Amino acid sequence: MELAVIWFIAIAVLWTGYFVLEGFDFGVGMLMPFVGRRDSVDRRVAINAIGPVWDANEVWLITALGATFAAFPAWYASLLSGFYAPMFLILVALILRGVAFEYRGKRDDSGWRLWWDRAIFAGSALPAFLWGLVFANVLRGVAMDADHVVTASLADLFNPYALLGGLTTLSLFTLHGAIFLTLKTDGPVRVRARRAALWAACAAVPSAALFLVWTQYAHGGGTRTLPLFALAAAALAGGVAAAWKRREGWSFAGTAATVLLLFAALFAALFPNVLPSTTDPAFGLTVANASSADYTLTLMTWVAVVFLPLILLYQGWSYWVFRRRVTGQTVTGETVTGQTVTGQTLTREDDGGRRPEPAA
Amino acid sequence: MEALELARWQFGVTTIYHFLFVPLTIGLSFIVAVLQTLWYRTGRHEYLQATQFLGKLFLINFAMGVVTGIVQEFQFGMNWSEYSTFVGDVFGAPLAMEALLAFFLESTFIGLWIFGWHRLPRAAHLACIWLVAVGTNLSAYFILAANAWMRHPVGFTVDEETGRAQLTDIWAVLSNDQAWSTYLHTVSAAFVTAGLFVVAVSAYKLWRNTRYNDTGVPGVVPPPRDRALFRGTLKVGLVFTLVAGALVVFSGDHQAKLAAQYEPMKLAAAEALWETEEGAAFSALAVGDTEERYNPIDITIPNVLSFLATGEFDGEVHGMNNLEAAYDEYYGPGDYTPNVFVVYWSFRLMMGLGMFGIAVAALGLYLTRGRDRMPTGPWFYHGAMLALPAALAANIFGWVLTEMGRQPWTVHGELLTAASVSPGVSLGSVAASLAGFTALYGVLFAVEVGLLVKYVKAGPSHLVPDLEDDGDEAKIPHFSY
Repeated sequence: MELAVIWFIAIAVLWTGYFVLEGFDFGVGMLMPFVGRRDSVDRRVAINAIGPVWDANEVWLITALGATFAAFPAWYASLLSGFYAPMFLILVALILRGVAFEYRGKRDDSGWRLWWDRAIFAGSALPAFLWGLVFANVLRGVAMDADHVVTASLADLFNPYALLGGLTTLSLFTLHGAIFLTLKTDGPVRVRARRAALWAACAAVPSAALFLVWTQYAHGGGTRTLPLFALAAAALAGGVAAAWKRREGWSFAGTAATVLLLFAALFAALFPNVLPSTTDPAFGLTVANASSADYTLTLMTWVAVVFLPLILLYQGWSYWVFRRRVTGQTVTGETVTGQTVTGQTLTREDDGGRRPEPAA
Repeated sequence: MEALELARWQFGVTTIYHFLFVPLTIGLSFIVAVLQTLWYRTGRHEYLQATQFLGKLFLINFAMGVVTGIVQEFQFGMNWSEYSTFVGDVFGAPLAMEALLAFFLESTFIGLWIFGWHRLPRAAHLACIWLVAVGTNLSAYFILAANAWMRHPVGFTVDEETGRAQLTDIWAVLSNDQAWSTYLHTVSAAFVTAGLFVVAVSAYKLWRNTRYNDTGVPGVVPPPRDRALFRGTLKVGLVFTLVAGALVVFSGDHQAKLAAQYEPMKLAAAEALWETEEGAAFSALAVGDTEERYNPIDITIPNVLSFLATGEFDGEVHGMNNLEAAYDEYYGPGDYTPNVFVVYWSFRLMMGLGMFGIAVAALGLYLTRGRDRMPTGPWFYHGAMLALPAALAANIFGWVLTEMGRQPWTVHGELLTAASVSPGVSLGSVAASLAGFTALYGVLFAVEVGLLVKYVKAGPSHLVPDLEDDGDEAKIPHFSY
C-alpha cells in the first residue's frame, strides 16, 4: 500500500479517536445545566468524571492536526484557512472550556461559577456542532480555485447538509456524554444522566439516521461505504437500547462505536479525496496531490508505529486508575479524609460542593 | 492596512501571550517535581506544603499554557497557508513528533498527578510529575527545532516541480546547532523565570511577615513555620535562578556567534551596525537614522561586538548596508533590512532585564547565606518581586528579537513573510479574529493573575493544614476540580 494512503488512514484514525474521546467530554460539558444546580456538588461530580482525562483527549486533536500538517501540508493549509471562521470559534471555545475546568472551583462564589459554567456549556456545544459542520463540508466539497485556495463564503458553509452534520455530532456527543456519566458517576448525577441520555437519543437517532442516509446516498462510495454506514446505525440503535435497559457499559460501547463508525464511514467516503472542489473537480485536493514526500511519510510512520501503542497503553492506564465511579463523596474528599467536617481540613473552594443539594 | 500586517500582529500577540505561561510551565514542573521528591525522600511536612502550594500555582498557570498552545497548532494553517504548504513536509514533522512524544505524555500524566494523590502509590504519583516535567521539556525541543529550521534551514531540498520544501535528513533538522543552542538558551531562561517566580512569591510572603511583625497587626502574621518554609523556597528559587542564569549567559553568547554565522543581518540590526567592520564596537546607546542608514549618535565600547560575534577582538562583523547590497544582488532587489529600532532595543531590553533577574538571585543568595540570615529592609523584597515581571519581559523581548530580526523572511533565504500569508483569508476575517483573541486574552490574563494572587495570599496552610502526624496518608489533601 502506498505511504500516502497509510497516512490518510492514520489521520482518519487520529480524528476518529479524537471524536470518540472528546465526544463524551463535550457531551458532559453540554449537560452541565442538567446534572445539578449551579452551586451543587452534582456539577462538580460531572466535571470530575472527565477531570483526569479531558486534556489528554484533546491532544488527539493536536496530533491529528500535526500529522495532517506533516503528511498532507496542502490539506492542512486549505482546511484551516478555508474554514477560518469555524476554526476561530472552535479555538475560542476550546480556550474558554479548558480554562473553565481548571478555574471553576478556585473561588467559592456563585457568580464566578455561573460564568465558568456558561463557558463550559458554550465551549463544549460550539465545537460539538462545528466539527460536524466542518466535516460534512469537507465531504461535500467547497468552492476552491486551481491554487487550492478556498473561495467559499461563510454562508456557503451553512448549507442544509452541513447543518445536519453539525446537528448530528451535537446530539450524538450529548448522548455519548450522558451515557458516559451513567457509567462513571453514582448518585443523583447517574439518575439524571440516564434521563438526559434518553432525551438526547430522541434527537440523535433521527438526525444521525437522516445524516447517514443522506451521506451514503449523495456522497457515499457505494458498496464500499454502505457496510460502515449500516454498522454505525446498528451501533447507535444498540447503544440506545442498552441505555434503556440500564446496561451502562454496553450502551457506552454502543455510542463509542457509533462515533467511531460514523467518522470511519465519512473518511471512507472521502477517500481518495481530502478536500474536493465544487468549482471544478480537477481543482480538488487528493491523497496524491496533497501529500508530503516519501521521506517524511516513512519517518512519521516509524514514529507513529513506536509511539502510538505506547500512548494507547499509558492513556488506557490512566482510565484504569480512575475507573471508579465519581460521587459527591469522592469529590469533596469526605471519604478520603475519613473524618467529619471540621472545616479545618477543607479548602475554601470545597465549601461550594459541601452545601446540601437543593431539592431537585 | 493589509491582511498580512494583521496576520503578523495576530501571530505576535498570540505567541507572546502563550510564552508568558510556557516558561513557567517548563520551569515550575521541574521545581515542583524536585520538592515532591524531597518530600518523598524525607517525609518532612514543609516539603509537602511547598509541593502542594507551588503545585496549585503551577496548575493555574499550566491551564493557560495549554489552551493558548492549541491556537499555535491552528494558526499556521489559518493565517499562513502558503507558508504551511511550502514547509509542511519539513516543519510539520517536528510538530507531529511533539504531539506524539511530548503532549500526550504531559497531558495524561498531569491528569494522573492532579487527581492521583490518593489513587496512586506515592512513588508512582511522584513519577507522574517527573513525566510531566520531561514532557514539557521534550515538547520545547521539537518546537524550537522547528523554529531553528526557519532561521537556519538544513536537511531539505526544494522540489522543482511543486516548489515545496522536502525533508531529506531529519537528523540534520534535530541536531541543527541553532536548535540545541536555542533550546539551551530558551529553556535555561525558562528556569530563570520559574526560579524567579518562586523567589517573588516567597519574597512576598516573607515581606508581609516582617512588615506585619513590625506594625504589630494581629491575625495576619504567618505562623513561624511559614517563615521557615518560605525561607526554604526562597533559597530553592535563588539557586535555580543562578544556576540557570549562568547557562543563559553561556548559551546567549553562543547564540550571538550563530547569528553572526547564519543571520548576520539580525546581528547587525541588533547592534545598529551599518557598515562592515573589523574590530567592531558594541553599541551602548545608538540613535539611528533608518532613512539615511547611519547613526548620528552612537556611544560604543570598542572591539566588544567583534569578540562576542567571532571570539576575536579584531574579527570581521558584517554591517547592514553591505549585507543589503549583497542580498539585493543574490535574491533580487528588495528590502532585506529588519526593523532596526525594534531589533536593537529588544536585544538590549532582553539582556538588561535578564541580567537584573540574575543579579537579584546572586544578591539574594549572599543576603540569605548561613542558616537563618534574612535581609531586613524592604528593598530586597521589592526587587525580588520586580524580578519576575522583568524575567517574563526578557523572554518576550528575546522572541521579538528572534522573530523580528529574521524579517523579511519566514524561512531565511527561502520564503518571504509577504509570500507566506493565506491568500484566501480577508482583512476582515483576520481583524475579527485578532480583536477576538486580544479581548479574550486580556480578560483571561486578569482572571489568571487574580487567582494567582488569591492563592499566594491564602498561603500553604490554607491548602495543607499543619498536621502533627505527617505519616498519616489519609490527611494529605487531594486536588479536584
